[in-house]
Amino acid sequence: MMLEVNHVRKSFDSAEVLKDVSISVEKGEVVSILGPSGSGKTTLLRCMNFLERADSGEMIFDGRRIDLAAASDREIAAIRKKTAFVFQNYNLFLNKNALQNVTEGLVIARKMDRAKADEIGRQALAKVGMLDWKDSYPSQLSGGQQQRVAIARAIAVDPEIIYFDEPTSALDPELTGEVLDVMRTLADDGMTMLVVTHEMGFARNVSSKVCFMEGGVVVESGTPEKIFGDPEKDRTREFLGILEKEQ
Amino acid sequence: MSERLINIIIDSFWKILLPGLKMTVPLTVISFAIAMVIAVLCALAQFADIKPLKPVIRFYIWVIRGTPLLVQLYVLFYGLPNIGITLDPFPSAVIVFAINEGAYASETIRAALESVPSGQIEAGYCVGMSYFQIMRRIVLPQAFRTAFPTLGNELISMVKDTSLAANITVMEMFMATQRIVARTYEPLALYIEVGVIYLIFSTVLTRLQRYGEKRLAFYGRR
Ligand SMILES: Nc1ncnc2c1ncn2[C@@H]1O[C@H](COP(=O)(O)OP(=O)(O)OP(=O)(O)O)[C@@H](O)[C@H]1O
Ligand SMILES: [Mg+2]
Repeated sequence: MMLEVNHVRKSFDSAEVLKDVSISVEKGEVVSILGPSGSGKTTLLRCMNFLERADSGEMIFDGRRIDLAAASDREIAAIRKKTAFVFQNYNLFLNKNALQNVTEGLVIARKMDRAKADEIGRQALAKVGMLDWKDSYPSQLSGGQQQRVAIARAIAVDPEIIYFDEPTSALDPELTGEVLDVMRTLADDGMTMLVVTHEMGFARNVSSKVCFMEGGVVVESGTPEKIFGDPEKDRTREFLGILEKEQ
Repeated sequence: MSERLINIIIDSFWKILLPGLKMTVPLTVISFAIAMVIAVLCALAQFADIKPLKPVIRFYIWVIRGTPLLVQLYVLFYGLPNIGITLDPFPSAVIVFAINEGAYASETIRAALESVPSGQIEAGYCVGMSYFQIMRRIVLPQAFRTAFPTLGNELISMVKDTSLAANITVMEMFMATQRIVARTYEPLALYIEVGVIYLIFSTVLTRLQRYGEKRLAFYGRR
């Protein structure tokens, strides 16, 4: 197992948002997390990258065990070096152009020399089809283009896993395709991905495992065939039924 | 207009402008530079939520913004000698203007820091940057662009406010004018003249401010 988190708990004030969540991802696997709004999907991803501090729980990454609640700054830095995060609303650096957005983490955080970082940055932008826009600032790009630059920023740091938090939810419907295509290419290349999404097509066709979350617990998980074809739990069936009707 | 009056006006132009260049300008530049250091430090301490400093900074801002600049000048220059602290006029004026402007500018800069979308800070962490690196590379440059027009306005206000330093015997433009008025009994012409010179100073700064804003035009924002 490349990455797993076990028994993650997290409360905000009195509300328990994650109630003993466990999830695991194999190398090269694409795991989709589905679930209604407020079920704790974003919070889970944020706890896994220490943007939010879990109340308790452990993470096992490449055989090393880390206490999610008590991880040291050094452990956090080590985890972040191996992971990347793609946000719902892109969060590009507004004072940097597309190429600089991609190279910033390489040059500043990883102290890579500028020429090498630029080369990697160009490759990453080419991969998401944004090389022609390398000098554009975020304010000059469409949402779909911004998200593709954000994905380039994520792959440039050569992560072992990329977390995606609803990468297409902020986009107009006609722009979701270009982002999903890029994600599909990454999956085909063997990138390990943990994807919170409402895109049933992506979850069904691209992922190797699907987890259904509700009310802070993983209700059910399994292969897409099983979850979409013959789910065990009524709640899963109900939720997917509603979504399928919507789409 | 009599020939005498015209001569007084022409004569006094340099006599007013010279103290302007020798006193008003340095007083403004030095005070504003120190004010910027105070303001950035106070704004960063609040933005980074450094707990023990926050109430101290809030108190400083509350007092300075809630009392007249003229009163602050008097307390420092005429008041402090009572407890044995006597300062020369020019340093007194620099201290008061720097502390006063520092309080206003720190609020401007704090608001600018807070206007930077916080998602970028999280994105910075996710690509492995430290808090310090994120501040220096991402947040401060954006905050500076946001704060620039307001800080420019504050600088222009400060040029005009330096005339208050005449009250503590700093020989700046306004005091120079008062001296000439006392000699010539032409207050109307001379006070208008010094007003025009302040106007020239302000206009130059406004132009510079506009030029700066264009240079800093927000990263390709259309
Ligand atoms: N910083 C916070 N402070 C307080 N409550 C929070 C915070 N972040 C999340 N919550 C609450 O935790 C619950 C789960 O939120 P979360 O964002 O993880 O849900 P989600 O499954 O990602 O939902 P969505 O599909 O709408 O993105 C929600 O009820 C939310 O209001
Ligand atoms: Mg969410």
